[in-house]
Amino acid sequence: MGSLGSFIMKEVRHILRDKRTLLILFGMPIAQLVLFGYAIRNELNDVPIAVVYLSGSEEVSKLSNHLTASGYFTLAGVYRTEAEVWDGLESGEIKAAVLVEPDYPSNLNEPGSARFQIITDGSDPNMAQTVSSQLSAMIRAWHQSSGASFPTLQTEVRLLYNPEMKSVYLFVPGLMAFILMLVSALMTSISVAREKEMGTMELLLVSPLKPIEIIIGKVAAYIMLAGVNALTVTLIAVYVFGVPFRGSFVLFSLLTIVYIVTSLALGVLISTKSNTQQTAMMISLGALLLPVILLSGFIFPIKSMPDILQMLAQVPPAKWYLEAARSIMLKGAGLNVVWVPLVVLTGMMFAFIVLAWKNLKEHLDL
Amino acid sequence: MTTFLALLRKEFIQIIRNRPILVMMIGLPIVQLLILAHAATFELRSVEMIVVDQERSAESRRLVQSFASGGFFSIVGHEDNVDMALGYIESSEAMFVLVIPPDLSKSVQSGLPTKLQLLISGEDGVRAGLIQAYANGIIQLQARSYLLESMPVPKGASSIEIRELFAYNPELDYKFFMVPGILVLLVTLVGSLLSAMNIVREKEIGTIEQLNVTPIRRWQFISAKLFPFWIIGLVELAFGLAIAKLVFNIPMMGSLLLVFMAAAVYLLAVLSIGLLVSTVTNTQQQAMFIAWFILVIFILMSGLFTPIQSMPEWAQMVTRLNPVSYFIEIMRRVLLKGAGWMSIQGLVFALAVYASIMLSIAVWRYRKVAA
Repeated sequence: MGSLGSFIMKEVRHILRDKRTLLILFGMPIAQLVLFGYAIRNELNDVPIAVVYLSGSEEVSKLSNHLTASGYFTLAGVYRTEAEVWDGLESGEIKAAVLVEPDYPSNLNEPGSARFQIITDGSDPNMAQTVSSQLSAMIRAWHQSSGASFPTLQTEVRLLYNPEMKSVYLFVPGLMAFILMLVSALMTSISVAREKEMGTMELLLVSPLKPIEIIIGKVAAYIMLAGVNALTVTLIAVYVFGVPFRGSFVLFSLLTIVYIVTSLALGVLISTKSNTQQTAMMISLGALLLPVILLSGFIFPIKSMPDILQMLAQVPPAKWYLEAARSIMLKGAGLNVVWVPLVVLTGMMFAFIVLAWKNLKEHLDL
Repeated sequence: MTTFLALLRKEFIQIIRNRPILVMMIGLPIVQLLILAHAATFELRSVEMIVVDQERSAESRRLVQSFASGGFFSIVGHEDNVDMALGYIESSEAMFVLVIPPDLSKSVQSGLPTKLQLLISGEDGVRAGLIQAYANGIIQLQARSYLLESMPVPKGASSIEIRELFAYNPELDYKFFMVPGILVLLVTLVGSLLSAMNIVREKEIGTIEQLNVTPIRRWQFISAKLFPFWIIGLVELAFGLAIAKLVFNIPMMGSLLLVFMAAAVYLLAVLSIGLLVSTVTNTQQQAMFIAWFILVIFILMSGLFTPIQSMPEWAQMVTRLNPVSYFIEIMRRVLLKGAGWMSIQGLVFALAVYASIMLSIAVWRYRKVAA
């Protein structure tokens, strides 16, 4: 135990001595969370659209008022023909257009058909789909309220957990999972590779330290650092972005600690597999960055993916943390709901440590 | 010129010799493109819903039936009380609960309005909005068919007809947008990471001293470092576009020559940023963290995953400094919309200015004397 203790102390000294890196390690997660917390949103607002009507009826100009009053859309210039609309779409000046057919009934209380065409820029399909359904729903609502039909079935909508439909509540826990994972994995991923490259690895291996102690020491030294990061990131989420925290803080802390250790252990595992820092970095950044963003459900819902990818999406630890963190924060879920992610993460943690240990032992045997 | 060529040769040999890196440089983008392109969609497949039918009449059953047959919702359970149904939302087994009031059939017969409740999990606001829009559509359609049966079409009800058209992508295949975008990200990621680690590695290992005592000029040094990655980047792009065409069948309306021209300028900008990081840092660890920081900003704020329009004003200004968003826009215009030189010249010009500024700073910051 004594040698492990002094090994951890050596690692901590290493970390504390490099002030520049330390500053980066503490500053970066904060800067990123604040920046992305504000920037990563997907609500519609101020989407430039054109409303083209040929009948010139007053009812229709009320339509464009109705569409812009919501704040989702703004009118971009005057468009009179369909040809102008296509030019606008190509240059990106407008994202969508509503065309009102010339035979639009002058009086909505007369039978007839009001025909609209919505053209959206399908080159960004996710945006196009949202914009198109939103426009279509708004036109229908407007058409009904102008006294054209009498709905007997009214609906009362209640949005649970997030009545204002703020995407911040969705993305901030995702950002936390993303930032904690990458910072933790990055920190440890080059630690062993660095010792190999510098030649100090041989010194460690001839010391009385067992391979498993080297791994535990590397992870332990960074736990405090990652823990501080996790705490600041959580505080920012709650106090700067107002993400509700409805669940148990103790449960959340437990989950976060398991997640951090899993990420740190993954970093060590990468490190034992690479001979140079460059290789370690390519794996931990080049191979982790996009999958963590895309497969964890951070931005794109896992349920929308094809079945094979849904299976693949079970692999990143970030997915499990994200799921559990969202449940605890937004829904106030307890252990009865989040025990599965917790168990899976714990399993991954041990798996990474054991794999790293095996790799290191092989290195020793050579 | 011969010193430059010699240096260039050294760089190429160094890259080709490092097998693990070489394999990753080529393999990572291809594998990731093939897999990740499928992941990036908001498309709603089936939405699990719970029905709380407080009436259980013929009318209510027909309403439930129209939800079940629409293909959009899948009914995973029926509950008698609302609290039980909400349990499914808490455990994420369902996203949506429909509550049918006990006076539905009375209201249908008498024409008096009644209220249905839609309880939607608001975690994901955009999804919640779509669910609301779809559910309302089904309910209004059903309301109309009740109305048509109970009485002749009332005078003064004009119908409404809305046709939705998706320009450039009628089937709304999200891969059209994502494949070129993810390709740009991967090329950027690989190129800038490697260039960021490059010079600082020589510093850490000590070989930079040997280069510093040679008669190589600063611009020669930086260009020789940049050139191999520039070539690799273009080759990767060519590979990626071939996959985009052959595997994903992405339409290529515009000229590929134009794409490569823009890419040549774009890569200069990104690689210069990487080299700049490399010249200002002391250890590979620092270089890695800074490169990560910059790259994540470039990637998340490129407008590929979340629309730039949704960002606050100041963040939109930040995206103006992001070369990735320029190049993604160029790819989108040329490949999907078939835009020509006229449409993208402004963007290419901006990238050219960006590249020359970054390159100059990188050359200027590189010191042949150790601090």
